[in-house]
Amino acid sequence: MTSALEQLRVWLEERFGHGLGDAIRKKQVPRHRHSLWYYLGGMTLFLFLIQVVTGILLLLYYRPSPGEAFESVQFIMTKVQFGWLIRGLHAWAANLLILVAMLHMFSAFFLKAYRKPRELTWITGCLLFFIFLGFGFSGYLLPWNELAFFATKVGTEMMAAVPFIGEWLLTVFRGGEEVTGATLTRFFGFHVAVFPALTTLVLGIHLFLVQQLGMSVPPSVERAHRQSGQPLRAHPFFPGFLLRDLIGWYIALGILAALAALDPWELGVKADPFVPTPAGIKPEWYFLFLFQTLKVIPARLLWIEGEQLAVMLFGVVALLWVLVPFLDRNPEGRSGRVFTAVGAVAVAYIIGMTVWAW
Amino acid sequence: MRTRCRLVLFFLTVGACGLGAQSPPSSPPTNTCLDCHLIFEDDEHLGVPAQLFAGDIHAARGLTCAACHGGDPREEDSDKSMDPAKGFIGVPKRADIPRLCAHCHSDAVFMRSYNPRLRTDQLAQYGTSVHGQRLRRGDTRVAVCSDCHGIHDIRPASATLSRVHPLRLPQTCAGCHSDREHMKGYEIPTDQWDEYRASVHYRTLAGGDLAAPTCATCHGNHGAAPPGVASVERVCGTCHVFQEQLFDQSPHKQPWDMMELASCLTCHGNHGIQPTGDFLVGTGEEAFCINCHLEGDGGWETAEKIHAALVGLDSALADAAGLLDQAERAGMDVGEARLVQANARESLIKARVDVHAFNAARVEETVESGLELAAEAHQAGEAALDELAFRRKGLGLSLLAIAFVVFSLWLLIRHIERGKEEIIYKHEQ
Repeated sequence: MTSALEQLRVWLEERFGHGLGDAIRKKQVPRHRHSLWYYLGGMTLFLFLIQVVTGILLLLYYRPSPGEAFESVQFIMTKVQFGWLIRGLHAWAANLLILVAMLHMFSAFFLKAYRKPRELTWITGCLLFFIFLGFGFSGYLLPWNELAFFATKVGTEMMAAVPFIGEWLLTVFRGGEEVTGATLTRFFGFHVAVFPALTTLVLGIHLFLVQQLGMSVPPSVERAHRQSGQPLRAHPFFPGFLLRDLIGWYIALGILAALAALDPWELGVKADPFVPTPAGIKPEWYFLFLFQTLKVIPARLLWIEGEQLAVMLFGVVALLWVLVPFLDRNPEGRSGRVFTAVGAVAVAYIIGMTVWAW
Repeated sequence: MRTRCRLVLFFLTVGACGLGAQSPPSSPPTNTCLDCHLIFEDDEHLGVPAQLFAGDIHAARGLTCAACHGGDPREEDSDKSMDPAKGFIGVPKRADIPRLCAHCHSDAVFMRSYNPRLRTDQLAQYGTSVHGQRLRRGDTRVAVCSDCHGIHDIRPASATLSRVHPLRLPQTCAGCHSDREHMKGYEIPTDQWDEYRASVHYRTLAGGDLAAPTCATCHGNHGAAPPGVASVERVCGTCHVFQEQLFDQSPHKQPWDMMELASCLTCHGNHGIQPTGDFLVGTGEEAFCINCHLEGDGGWETAEKIHAALVGLDSALADAAGLLDQAERAGMDVGEARLVQANARESLIKARVDVHAFNAARVEETVESGLELAAEAHQAGEAALDELAFRRKGLGLSLLAIAFVVFSLWLLIRHIERGKEEIIYKHEQ
């Protein structure tokens, strides 16, 4: 067995050189009291891979048209062997993916992992998070059920509030003035082609940068070791860290399987564009804080409409969030503490508004 | 004779003024009557009618007080505006009211300009009603137009404030028909309103279904009369079409006609009609059939068979529904089985309608198709529960396998790292 593996290693090295093997052998992951957060990146990647695999399987049966979408998902859930499991995993993993990606992003923020030279790692990570939100929004409509239809209707209406290009943006995303079959095929296109292509590109850069720059050590840990004179310990990436990652992935898989089997993702009733919007329509949980903000903002503030102001604010905040590495000039000093405080307020706001809207 | 002369004078004057044939006015006409009468404020006879008239459909359509009372509403001098020479009749006599209203409402050309869909045969129908016939014989206690529609605050029947809106009509009829003093001498019961309020028809109406029968649905409105024995079936059949058709073909039809038994009423009653149930057919204590049939006769046997068939399908459906509910609560998708269940339920409804043919074979045939569907739904429910059990077992085994792998990985990590020196972090950028 060992000899077969050794032969394979030699075979590969003859073709790819020693670089890859050396890199894997030499790669280290710092070991300190915040090391646990490092596993969130791998967990996000694992959940994304589950989405890719289950998404491809769903694609074998799914039909993106208003007359067939709901029925095809129903067929997957009732007639296709283990179709219920595949759809359940896909739906639950989508939510867990957003949650874990969010935790990963905030942990990187609070541990100042965005500081020089990892600015681009942070930016690509933020872009990936926005793409994941796009995956969630576009995928939510695909079963063409009542909840998804009206949530999409309400959600896309927000686009009209974007200054200057709002109406154009709404028409582009909806494929017309209303949410129709054109919207479904458009969202399907985004979900299975545009977003995956973007993800491949951005994720590739993100992973390359992580490998190139290594894991960031939090400033507090660096400081403590500097002061004590003690060297920082490390795990070898292979096999120590990877095996620990694997344990996390298996646990995530178990949680996903339990959720899919014990709490199957409901299909609901087929969308009917001609019925009035049902009461209590809400977006997915990860958009709730935005939804609640829109609800509480006054209809008009000075000369600008409340909704338009909110959308502009969301845009500006998202941009500032992406540019954090360039705005936080001294992550280890006063500026860093201010950013940490602002981040804590942002987390409290997101949690508070989400709970309020629930 | 004097009354008739005054009425003729009134109609001639109104006709001369052109009110009866004019198109609806485009702007509010001069109505000096209100100028004076509103001064009387809460006076029941002089002030209140003028206040109420503001909400009347006739006022909304531009008619003035003179349309009914005559006179000239353009004159500010009350002697001139209420001059009998100008057709002023004051308060119309009860006996004259139907013809007074009909002057406009029976004029198809005139009414077309206001509401082309409104019927214009009310007076003719009223003449056929018990009310109209008695009025013609001089009984002025019977209902005339204003008793049901109101006097100065008449509204379209579709308006919820109208006395003849479906939700208010039963109370309007009961205003007279439940008044024992008023009904004294007519020798008809006065408990119709009490009975109707306990009926399934009223409960349906009160639940918001305006298509549910009210007094007028069965008795007619302008031509109100109690349906005779022969026409009861036709009256019920206007809504319960299939029941009527089946009863006509049933073995009960001929003997009941001979015995002058009012078809539907004989089993279901009239004003206090109650929800039906399978217990009403058969040989149980509450069954209608045992009122006439005796043990051992053909009807008794038929009743038993029909009851057994209905109860059998109902029970099979309940079993299937229970299984599907259980599976659905556990998160299983049973949408297709629900459709089969709904079809089986339709078979049961059809079988319950078929009862009115009093033919056991016919009911059993319908029930048979329902039982097949109920069995299909039942099987789907069982399959869903089996699938659920399979998923849970599968989950249990998967979690065990995952726990085993996780434990093994943990052991492997310990094995690999045991005795190894700690690595100092050194990243080459």
